[in-house]
Amino acid sequence: MRRAASLLIALLAMSFAAPVAAAAEAVAARPPPAAVLPGRALEFPRDHGSHPEYRTEWWYVTGWISTVAGETLGFQVTFFRTRPDAVDVANPSAFTPGQIVIAHAALSDRGRGKLWKAQRVARAGFGIVAAQQGDTAVRLEGWRIERRGAQYHTRIAAEDFGLELTLDVTQPPMLNGSGGYSQKGPRPESASYYYSVPQLRVAGSIVRAGKREVVTGDAWLDHEWSSAYLDEQAVGWDWIGINLEDAGALMAFRIRSRDGKSRWAGGTLRRPDGTQRVFGPGEIAFEPGRRWRSPRTGFEYPVEFVVRAGELRITLEPLLDDQESDTRGSTGAVYWEGAVEAKTAEQGMIGRGYLELTGYGAPLELP
Amino acid sequence: MNFRLWAQLTLAQWRDQPLRTVVTLLAIAIGVALASAVWFVNAGALSEFGQATRRLVGEADLVVRGPARSGFDEALFPRLAMLPGVEIASPVLELEVAIDGERGPLRLLGVDAFRAGLIQPMLFAELSGDFLGMFARDGVFLSTAAADALGLRPGGRFDVLVGTERRSLRVLGLLSRDAYPQRLGIMDIASAQWTLDRLGTLNRIDLRLAPGTPPAAFRARLAQLLPAGVQAVEPAVERDRAVSVTRAYRVNLNMLALVSLLTGAFLVFSTQSLSVLRRRSGLALLRALGLTRAQLQRALLAEGLALGALGALLGVLAGHLTAAWLLRRLGGDLGGGQLAVTEAALAPQPLAALAFFAIGTVVASAGAWIPARDAARQPPARALKAGDAEPALARLRGVAPGLALLALGAALAFLPAIGGIPVFGYLAVAALLFGGVLLVPRVTAALLARAPRTGRIALDAGLAQLRGGVGMVTVGLAAVIVSFSLMVAMAIMVFSFRESFVRWLGGVLPADVQLRVAQGSDTAYLEPAQQRALAALPGVARVEFRRLAPLLLDPARPAIIVIARDFVPGSGPEVLPLVRQLAPPAGDPLPRLWISEAIEDVFGWRPGEVRALAFGNGEQRFRVAGVFRDYGRSTGAVVIARDEYARLSGDGSASEASFWLTPGTRAATLIAALRTRLPQSRGLDLLESTQVREISLRIFDRAFLVTYALEAVAVVIGLLGVAFAASSSALARRGEFAMLRHLGMLRRQVLAMLAGEGLLTSLIGVAYGLVLGGLLSLVLVYVVNRQSFNWSVELAIPGLQLAAISVLLVLAAALTATISGRAAMSGETVRAVREDW
Repeated sequence: MRRAASLLIALLAMSFAAPVAAAAEAVAARPPPAAVLPGRALEFPRDHGSHPEYRTEWWYVTGWISTVAGETLGFQVTFFRTRPDAVDVANPSAFTPGQIVIAHAALSDRGRGKLWKAQRVARAGFGIVAAQQGDTAVRLEGWRIERRGAQYHTRIAAEDFGLELTLDVTQPPMLNGSGGYSQKGPRPESASYYYSVPQLRVAGSIVRAGKREVVTGDAWLDHEWSSAYLDEQAVGWDWIGINLEDAGALMAFRIRSRDGKSRWAGGTLRRPDGTQRVFGPGEIAFEPGRRWRSPRTGFEYPVEFVVRAGELRITLEPLLDDQESDTRGSTGAVYWEGAVEAKTAEQGMIGRGYLELTGYGAPLELP
Repeated sequence: MNFRLWAQLTLAQWRDQPLRTVVTLLAIAIGVALASAVWFVNAGALSEFGQATRRLVGEADLVVRGPARSGFDEALFPRLAMLPGVEIASPVLELEVAIDGERGPLRLLGVDAFRAGLIQPMLFAELSGDFLGMFARDGVFLSTAAADALGLRPGGRFDVLVGTERRSLRVLGLLSRDAYPQRLGIMDIASAQWTLDRLGTLNRIDLRLAPGTPPAAFRARLAQLLPAGVQAVEPAVERDRAVSVTRAYRVNLNMLALVSLLTGAFLVFSTQSLSVLRRRSGLALLRALGLTRAQLQRALLAEGLALGALGALLGVLAGHLTAAWLLRRLGGDLGGGQLAVTEAALAPQPLAALAFFAIGTVVASAGAWIPARDAARQPPARALKAGDAEPALARLRGVAPGLALLALGAALAFLPAIGGIPVFGYLAVAALLFGGVLLVPRVTAALLARAPRTGRIALDAGLAQLRGGVGMVTVGLAAVIVSFSLMVAMAIMVFSFRESFVRWLGGVLPADVQLRVAQGSDTAYLEPAQQRALAALPGVARVEFRRLAPLLLDPARPAIIVIARDFVPGSGPEVLPLVRQLAPPAGDPLPRLWISEAIEDVFGWRPGEVRALAFGNGEQRFRVAGVFRDYGRSTGAVVIARDEYARLSGDGSASEASFWLTPGTRAATLIAALRTRLPQSRGLDLLESTQVREISLRIFDRAFLVTYALEAVAVVIGLLGVAFAASSSALARRGEFAMLRHLGMLRRQVLAMLAGEGLLTSLIGVAYGLVLGGLLSLVLVYVVNRQSFNWSVELAIPGLQLAAISVLLVLAAALTATISGRAAMSGETVRAVREDW
């Protein structure tokens, strides 16, 4: 599952769909996107690459990093791909937006009490904006993420900050749901193909306001593609991805319905020995705790949670309260996406990861 | 002197001569009004235009531009996007698109909203929410101004002409008036390339540079990467370039304003001179009663100042109202069509208003300076007696200052323009004018001395009177001469221009029928197949196709027009209105190029030189073979053979055609045949050459309407000047008339004497004005016109017009002299004699 920006994509897809109806006579209709069906076995490295026949896809890296000086920051680097429906594919122009790439990056800076963030949207083409098939290689001009051997490399150069990180892969992909088929609602067509790569070792540098610093840390990568996910009852979701200190990993999500209750849920726990447990909807619970109100948007988010996954009961505490992203000015939604620490009553801190909260502002109008 | 006393004296003076005061005020007011209106209109239009351009360019640090029509290969876009130092590269296809059924084209921008939104945030804000709707192939967003002009609403459709086809576009939404005041449409770049037949082509890329990259240095590096004919321009240059188009137009209107203001100053001068003269005994009495010399001078100066201030105030108010009206009616470019801003608002400009008020007041009251000084200098005892009525100007008998100014004026006329403005030309006009006025007393005296005696008592007495009071005469004459000579100069300039224009039209329209496919459009054109079909129509003896394409020679200057024409026999370069040509060296392999005078003046190209032109497909060197006159395009034009252009640009289309008919074919028949052949016939100009000539002349006359109106005003002011000179001198000479009557002269004889005086004075004034005006017109025609518009004009004298006005002036002078004499003699003879003694 995932994520905030997938809301953007949903919105994108919608606004692409509307003109189709209006201009039906003028547009050579594009074949509908491929459906997500259970039983499709994921194959690597092929499935590390792009799946342009599906409507949306993302590579989503989140993690915790520390500077040499000991400062701890959260970071997030996301590349989305979306396939607009309303595009007239008969158009021979090289600018025809057959695919659109969106890149989003953020740095949670507790020292400054701020979230550095940047995003770009561009149509694929001319070899400078592309999401390649076959293996992970997505670029938006100078911004990129690619997989080479047992490493991911990512680079973001925004106007006031930047990231240049190498992510060492230490574990094989963790397939979520049923062998990578991850259901998002009661209906089987609300689903995605979804795997995670937890426990990535991070090394590289960040730049803030022109100052470059060497950093190290841990990260988590999600790769997910889909053509339909939320049903009309859903208003948003809560999601976590935690690198556990014992080398295990925990992913959990729940879809919230209009009445605020859980409509669907799921999760995966990877144990230190590599064995995996998949949680069904009945085994995951998100219990909101302390709330924080955004001074900018006025929206209120539960920034602390108690998450139950099977017998596991963990408490989430944010690195920084204000990790809200407002992208309404450009493509879409307002959401909270932030670095959190996971604790249990018995062991104290057991891991660090990211929490994502969507649909807490204006209810989302999704099909 | 206390204020109340001063005010009483001044007001009494004004009340005494209400018409004269009103006209003086009017002359000042017209000058100030005109100058300030031109300024206000222009400032409003320019700020609006600047803002509009700023929004279009947005936060771009550099704008890369290629030839508007043929553009450049889109492969340049990814190269620039990935260039170190480039933050955002935004590809644009900017085209003037012909709209079916509309006269002018619509500017359509094909943009990638994802990129343009980062450089033009206004656009992004406007389209947020539904900007992805732009991907619809036929979707377009219109600015409110464009939608209003086309009578469209969201959901509406309109047809654009692409080549010879009509293509339907759908209005997806409107951009608010705040965002884009100009008329334009925005499309997705992929749709634009496809729908407008420009696949693979761009003509503009906006660049935002990474922080810390200096645009100027980056531009220099970039220049080496850009293909021939593609240039990187800083946005400020883009704005200035557009603005510079209207500069010559503005400067010339300001010149007219100056004329009016100067006339006003001379009227103040003559008013004050004569009123000082008339009141000399009263003023002397004031001095005798204890008023100091300085006090008197201040008081008289204050009179002029009051007159000037009142006139200037009226002028600024009128200027503001006029500007508001002009902006509403004609738009910011005063109907010139150079600025595509439809809704320029008149912003209050207190500082400019104050400046115009001050200038008007100072210039007008300067006319009061000499009379005030002279009046104050006069010993009261002498002034209390009559007879010493020599006014100010009379003392300027020396010829040296006048001749010096004339020489200076002549020298100034040979200096070049500064930044496209004929500053020295205007200074030459001013120097010649003042020099000429300074010589008035001497010349008048000399002429009068040579006047023969007639033997008729009335006329001879008048002549004697004039000879005795040359100073008095010249004061009246000065104002008349200033306004009349300027009027003569302007009349000659406009007439010369019009005559040259008529001749030029005849030369450039040799064919019988003219076809123009959507004026100024980049998208409507005749394809080669269609050209062949049209040439084969029955009744066509010969046809010449032309392609007009704008080309940016220098990013800092407006685009020139490349006229690619067929050199078929009878329509080759020999029919160009050549002013100069040079036979190319024998065996010269280079193709020929003919340049308009503007290219010569502005870009410094000369016949015989080798110059290169670059289009999308490459660069070609040409031999400059000659210079032609072009009144159609003041920014410059070059003529090349159409096959050369087609090879360089890959563009074989034509935008204009001229048809020669076979004997016995009627133009109307061919026009009808052409209309049925052309699907876009509603959008094209298809006219007989005679109609084109008529329309062109109508446009010409409309453009000079303001000039004609001001000429009329100048004549009226001149006439009134004559009347005032006559009436004040008559009033001042009441004593003399009474004495003449006392000595036995008949009333009729006195009146005849006055009429003769008026006739003689005005004859001198008219002759003088004609000579001086003729001199000024040389500067206007050969210096001011050439430097402002970069085209030459042949001098032509509007003899009939000038003769008529001269006769009118002379008659009016004689008439007013008689009338005012009659009025002056209406009082009692005895009282008048007593009053004066």
